[in-house]
Amino acid sequence: MLEIKNLHAKINGREILKGVDLTVRAGEVHSIMGPNGSGKSTLAQVLAGRESYEITHGEVLYRGKNLLEMSPEERACEGVFLAFQYPVEIPGVNNTYFLKAAVNAIRKYHGQEELDAMDFLALMKNKMKLLDMDEGLLNRSVNEGFSGGEKKRNEIFHMAVLQPTLAILDETDSGLDIDAMKIVANGVNALRSPDRAMLVVTHYQRLLNYIVPDFVHVLVDGRIVRSGGKELALELEEQGYVGIEAEATQLTKV
Amino acid sequence: MTETMTRNDTRALDGFLQSFKSLEPTWSRNGQRWLQPVRRAAMARLAEIGFPTVHDEDWRFTNLAPIVTTAFQPAAEAAASVDAGSLTPFAFAGCDCTRLVFLNGRFAPGLSTSPLLPAGVRAGSLAQTLADDRVALEPHLARHEDFQQEAFSALNTAFLTDGAFVSVPRGTVVEQPIHILYVTLPGDGPVATHPRTLVVTGDDSQVSVVEDFVSLGDGTHLSNAVTELVVGDGSVVGHYLIQRESRQAFHVSTLRGQQGRSSSLTSHTVLMGGALTRRNIHPVLAGEGAECLINGLFMANGRQHMDNYMKVEHASPHCASRQVYKGILDGQSHGVFHGRIIVHKDAQKTDAKQTNMNLLLSEDAQIDTKPQLEIYADDVKCTHGATVGQIDDEAIFYLRSRGIPEASARALLLYAFAGDMLQRMKVEPIRRHLERLVSQWVPQGNLLEGVR
Repeated sequence: MLEIKNLHAKINGREILKGVDLTVRAGEVHSIMGPNGSGKSTLAQVLAGRESYEITHGEVLYRGKNLLEMSPEERACEGVFLAFQYPVEIPGVNNTYFLKAAVNAIRKYHGQEELDAMDFLALMKNKMKLLDMDEGLLNRSVNEGFSGGEKKRNEIFHMAVLQPTLAILDETDSGLDIDAMKIVANGVNALRSPDRAMLVVTHYQRLLNYIVPDFVHVLVDGRIVRSGGKELALELEEQGYVGIEAEATQLTKV
Repeated sequence: MTETMTRNDTRALDGFLQSFKSLEPTWSRNGQRWLQPVRRAAMARLAEIGFPTVHDEDWRFTNLAPIVTTAFQPAAEAAASVDAGSLTPFAFAGCDCTRLVFLNGRFAPGLSTSPLLPAGVRAGSLAQTLADDRVALEPHLARHEDFQQEAFSALNTAFLTDGAFVSVPRGTVVEQPIHILYVTLPGDGPVATHPRTLVVTGDDSQVSVVEDFVSLGDGTHLSNAVTELVVGDGSVVGHYLIQRESRQAFHVSTLRGQQGRSSSLTSHTVLMGGALTRRNIHPVLAGEGAECLINGLFMANGRQHMDNYMKVEHASPHCASRQVYKGILDGQSHGVFHGRIIVHKDAQKTDAKQTNMNLLLSEDAQIDTKPQLEIYADDVKCTHGATVGQIDDEAIFYLRSRGIPEASARALLLYAFAGDMLQRMKVEPIRRHLERLVSQWVPQGNLLEGVR
């Protein structure tokens, strides 16, 4: 579904991604772990189409198409979804209207008829239950005045409504208490399916107790330095990133 | 150099003096004799002080040259040339409201509608009331707005002949808003109108009044309006001003509020039209515990100039005022927010807040924002803040990452910025009408269909 080949990206002249290779097949959940500043969030943002990053090398194929040539909205319409590490507050834009505009933009892209208010409401209600969302949040401005946990839950709620093919979760666990994390994880797990893939970016192993990945990759200094199964996450939890960072430095020197 | 020329250029002033001389005899024939000394004093005062220049602190950011160098004629009578249909676009759908239409400054009863109002409520022509019932006007008309200080108020008072008069008796609630439509039909040359509005509310009453300025057709014109709004003790009054005149219009208008004890005045200003607009809001919180909420939205593009000038006077203890103004400036437009708050010596426990937020959509758009606090009491809470920015790229990316096209995302964010001001409007038909106007103004606003 997703093939990242030798991806290099920089921002403000500084290279952040220094040759990322990653292949994700449909039905798989991959976790990207790594220390602060390793490029995890950059990778997530680049995949979603953030224009402030300059791609200097490499390519990304998504379902056989060149992802890097698509605008952010095209990517979304093609099924790519990013749950933001820091969801943006948008005063004055109602959460419901916003999602309706998003759903209908995507439906329009696929030549489908737009959802009417009734159908849309039914869809919302259904997904809200999944995430144990307070109905009040829907009538508020997008993320405005939401707590950290509410924002993250709102991201997963967006995901549940938009039903992406490739979901990228950027540190969705950060700032969540254990109850909120369970709810978010349940929401994510409910979306796991054979024709959908997920990329779970996280700093801590904690989330992976609830969203169990098929593969774990360690990103250090803009490169994936180790890949393995879910047990790799546990190993990192015990040993921290220090050992791996040292290894990576060794690799670079060699 | 330009400034000196402007100061010495008396084309506008000469024109007004000439008009005054020729019109004055006709006014004294129309049963308005008692106003004559006031008009004369106002004209004399204007001749003395002249129009302000950018050297006047209160006019620093607005060059009046386009007005001062133009010789305006009084706008001609135009009642016969307008049919009701041409005013339909200005009506508030779903509102069974009293509508007072003025054409070129004169009341047009044939185009006005007046559903049944509560007993004792008056809403009609000032000229008519001047002729029939000057006793109702004398205590208030030209008593509050100080033409000694303000050139445009002096000009308005010199030509004071007609406009709207609204009066609400004590304890009366007027459910539907009163819509005052000031229509100008420009002539062959530049024309001027000087509408005067007087609203007097008795104690514990409630009413909303809309002043709506429009042009029918193109051509240079000046609308120079003054409104005196006397808010009785415990009354709740809403005032709306919509400036949607043509791009060749000059507009100077003043709202002078005189607030009684525990009264509440909410003012909404929406500026969209005109070439050069100056909007003055001057409430005096005269009674203890009064509050006023002053909201404004100004949206300019092309070469439009919009100057918002506030003078909020706290004259009694325990009064609260809130100013919230938002500007959206595109093209080469120029916006001004000048917020003065004056707290008099006795106005202890004053609570005054001022906020001005601006979005600049182009490189050449310009905003001047200036708070000015003059505090003579010692136990007060006054805050002010201003922001100037562009549309947030983070927010654009967020919307796009959910599938919303960039142009729609921009329109949505702009609309949201402005919409915040509309949400504050309590009268729903007015709010809906303005929501439509604002979404039409927003670039690619058609993309908002079904979203807002």
